[in-house]
Amino acid sequence: MAEPLEKPEPEAEPQRETSIIGKPFRRVDGRAKVTGATKFADDLAFPRTAYVRLVRSTQPHALIRAIDSSEAEKVPGFLGFLTGKETPIPFGILPVSQDEHALCPDKVRFVGDPVAAVAAVTEDAAYEAALKVKVEYEPLPTISSIEEAIATPEPRIHDYGDHGNLHKVVSMTFGDVEKGFENADEIFEDTFYYEGNTHLPMEQHSAVAVPEDDDRVTLYSSSQTPHYVHRALAKVLELPASRVRVVACSNGGGFGGKSDPFNHEIVAAKMALKLGRPCKITLTREEVFYCHRGRHPVLMQVRTGIKKDGTDVRIVAQRLRTALDGGAYGSYGVASTYYTGALQTVTYKMPAYEFQGVRCFTNKPPCGPKRGHGTPQPRFGFEVHLDKIAVKLGINPADLRLNMLAEPDSVTANWLRIGSMGLRRCIEAVVEGSGFRERWGRLPAGRGLGLACGSYLCGAGLPIYWNHMPQSGVMLKLDRSGGVAVFCGESEIGQGSDSILAAVVAEVLGVALADIRLCVADTDLTPVDLGSYSSRVTLMVGNAALQAAERAREMISKAVSEQLEVPESRLVFAERRVFDAQDPEKGLSFQDAVIATEARFGTLATAGSYIPPRSPGRYRGAGVGPSPAYSYSAAVIEVEVDPETGLWNPVHVWIAHDVGRALNPVLVMGQVEGSVYMGLGEVMMEEQAFRRLPKHLSSALVHKHPSVLEYKSPTFPDMPPVTTYLIEDPDPQGPFGAKEVGQGPLLPVMPAVANAIHDAVGVRVDQVPIHPHMVLKALEAKRKGQEARFGPKGFPEVDFGEELIVPTPEQGGDGTAINDYREKLRSGMRSSAGTMMTREEALRKKKLAALTTDLKGADLKGIK
Amino acid sequence: MDDLTTLKLRINGEDRPVVFPTHHTLLEVLREECALTGTKHGCELGECGTCTVLVEGRPVLSCLVLAAETRGKSIETVEGMQLGNELHPLQAAFADLGAAQCGYCTPGILMAAKALLAENPAPSRDEIREALAGNLCRCTGYHKILEGVEWAAARMRGEDWTPPNEAFYGNNYGNDHHG
Repeated sequence: MAEPLEKPEPEAEPQRETSIIGKPFRRVDGRAKVTGATKFADDLAFPRTAYVRLVRSTQPHALIRAIDSSEAEKVPGFLGFLTGKETPIPFGILPVSQDEHALCPDKVRFVGDPVAAVAAVTEDAAYEAALKVKVEYEPLPTISSIEEAIATPEPRIHDYGDHGNLHKVVSMTFGDVEKGFENADEIFEDTFYYEGNTHLPMEQHSAVAVPEDDDRVTLYSSSQTPHYVHRALAKVLELPASRVRVVACSNGGGFGGKSDPFNHEIVAAKMALKLGRPCKITLTREEVFYCHRGRHPVLMQVRTGIKKDGTDVRIVAQRLRTALDGGAYGSYGVASTYYTGALQTVTYKMPAYEFQGVRCFTNKPPCGPKRGHGTPQPRFGFEVHLDKIAVKLGINPADLRLNMLAEPDSVTANWLRIGSMGLRRCIEAVVEGSGFRERWGRLPAGRGLGLACGSYLCGAGLPIYWNHMPQSGVMLKLDRSGGVAVFCGESEIGQGSDSILAAVVAEVLGVALADIRLCVADTDLTPVDLGSYSSRVTLMVGNAALQAAERAREMISKAVSEQLEVPESRLVFAERRVFDAQDPEKGLSFQDAVIATEARFGTLATAGSYIPPRSPGRYRGAGVGPSPAYSYSAAVIEVEVDPETGLWNPVHVWIAHDVGRALNPVLVMGQVEGSVYMGLGEVMMEEQAFRRLPKHLSSALVHKHPSVLEYKSPTFPDMPPVTTYLIEDPDPQGPFGAKEVGQGPLLPVMPAVANAIHDAVGVRVDQVPIHPHMVLKALEAKRKGQEARFGPKGFPEVDFGEELIVPTPEQGGDGTAINDYREKLRSGMRSSAGTMMTREEALRKKKLAALTTDLKGADLKGIK
Repeated sequence: MDDLTTLKLRINGEDRPVVFPTHHTLLEVLREECALTGTKHGCELGECGTCTVLVEGRPVLSCLVLAAETRGKSIETVEGMQLGNELHPLQAAFADLGAAQCGYCTPGILMAAKALLAENPAPSRDEIREALAGNLCRCTGYHKILEGVEWAAARMRGEDWTPPNEAFYGNNYGNDHHG
């Protein structure tokens, strides 16, 4: 097909008024969602369906000694049984951490790890049979925290990873950080802790596998990433990918929690092929807590050197250290680790930056990507840190930030290319709306205002596995009916991706949304799109759709131009017509235009695809952070705090989000408000926390509250009023100038609250969530004349190994490190730090290095 | 397993004979025996509100009610909301405001809201919050739902009122083009 789209062509002529884009239209799946007609995975019914239940580990870390299914097999309705012996091939979302099994073959790593599966004719029978499966374990010592993982290299939870129970160690420096600190007028250092939390989508994951003719299998699943599930299924089932079909149903909420290939999906498919009948697994709510892949608990230390000239403050250097509690498996963790460092540089000018991160394995459900993936934790630290600097220096926190904003169209110290940058207007909007300048520091005791900012990706620059193919593809089929069928692998998780796809095509072709038919998220029928993650869909699917639709428009223009004898450049596509701009009466209905085109060219189909522009960063790890564009957000939050109880409440939220261009403002509003809500949940109450059972109950490490009731999340009465500003500063990389909105607006919420609590009662809680007892403890400390603070005391000793040294653009660097591992490989001195490969892989690549001098592909492979 | 109940359920004004294991909940019977999958489940423990249906006009958590207990009672589910092919005002307002994002909690919230408006045609925002406090939504941040209920209530009272422009466009701060 044609050239991948590098950059959408700017409109040559003045932009005509759009008819759909920019208007608050009803989402295309809106009617089905309010009538209950939308089919989620568990709503699907196939004749002869067998129901499958997973037998999950009751031990946090143990060897499997024996599995006995004899009693289970006696349950009436029992149909089949699977253990890890039948699923020996490992899988995982990242090529560098293929460390999961559909069913554990020999070892379990957390309470909830699946060890066997039972199928039966009814769900009740499957449940009963699963309870009767006996598993004998030999317990191993367990690791429950970052500190324990660092201090306990043996026994290892996995036999791969950088060392001991440290899955991944990263260390890199950009520019002369030491000199920056030497020349600084003042240096500030803080430590923060961000507790883990989970997505809690209202829909429990569900998968239905249907065996088809010719040894094929179809899996219907609640997945954000059907393409990656497709790859994992083909691998584990040992089937050619062409015989595996994955259909992602509408997701009942995802937020990142349905982005990994999951055990239950593979088990459903394996069981369906074994029994020769459809197999369904729907997880209980408790099991959803075990699937997890949520926010990593992160301990952080941030150290910043500044130069000061009156109220003009500049950052001269920053060092950030992060330690992540990864849970029991890799998941997206290598990328998550890099993400805790990558986006620190895109909001404020930072000429020198050092980042060191470590991800630990612990015996808990695996952490992964949740809304903001790895960036909300350091963003919380950074924005509270800046607030402390502003207070210490006696500068208004808004001015502090406004004076140090990163420049639009610039390249950061860590080689991220910033395009449009609407943060200034975001800050001004929320500052003006909230009266921040007049009211900050001046509200009555117990009331406070806090300001914070954030930035997020519009899609990851690189795919999860290294390849040169498009990250998004769209195909159109047009025919004499006048209808337009649109095929795309994107998956609707509630964010409105179907509506964006339809709207872009309809706008370009000048037809109504009702003329568009969608076929999405079906690996047999639709071109590949990588999935609904990293806020990539609006920009990447939008651009692919734009290209496909523009190609269709070109063909139609040619045919209509010939028929009407009007130059192509004068043809307008609008109101379901194609007509002469100079003589609007002269034209064809869209249907007649397609008929003319079909007659002229034959059967009509076009395709469009999107590959992000190449990032200038070339160092190892440079794959995480680049994006075609960055969104920006700012929030001011007002809180009231009761100093007697420590109870606090958000009173009002002002949030501004730089969305580039709002393709559908009412859906953009919904994403902003939903992000604010989820951020408030994280800072107010949500935590995925664990405890050890008493000794007489095995001392096992268990989830504190795997239920919707006990895992607290905000309800209607908890949600304060929100004033939302949509800031539009079209970005040339986005379709119609659009940037992301699904994740970015969450980022400023948690730090804005922490800063507001300080404004209200003069204490710092350097931790999320901010529980009342923490506020109270900090107030007590303040009364006693101690540091008015609650939070972590320090950062553990970690050997971060040899640091990757990357000269910045300002220093005249070329994007590469001066001490990349390729040299180390050749000299046999590979550091344990900063590589994503296992030892075995490194050795294999070392052999490869003898054969080829270009390791770039292998280098980037795992980095995402 | 062998203990089965046979009865006629009255769902959305229609009688449906069903046979089901006696211990099965109304949620299970609606979804599995009646193929009315519009009613969703999020916990099956009465914690999330997703499975809300109306029994005798009152919102109940169908995961906590045995189907056998609903003999002779009228049951309403989301499938019964439409009037012919027309959306109920609550449905239309939710669709137009994006009050349904993933749409999974939506049927339960629609049923709870319908019961509220039947009792109180002009609820205050706090009254709506209280009536819907048992229903969790992870997508919307609840605002569009509140606005949707207010909009539908106004329409049902015959008033010509729509939510303010800001509900659809957000607040403007220096954008060049705006709706």
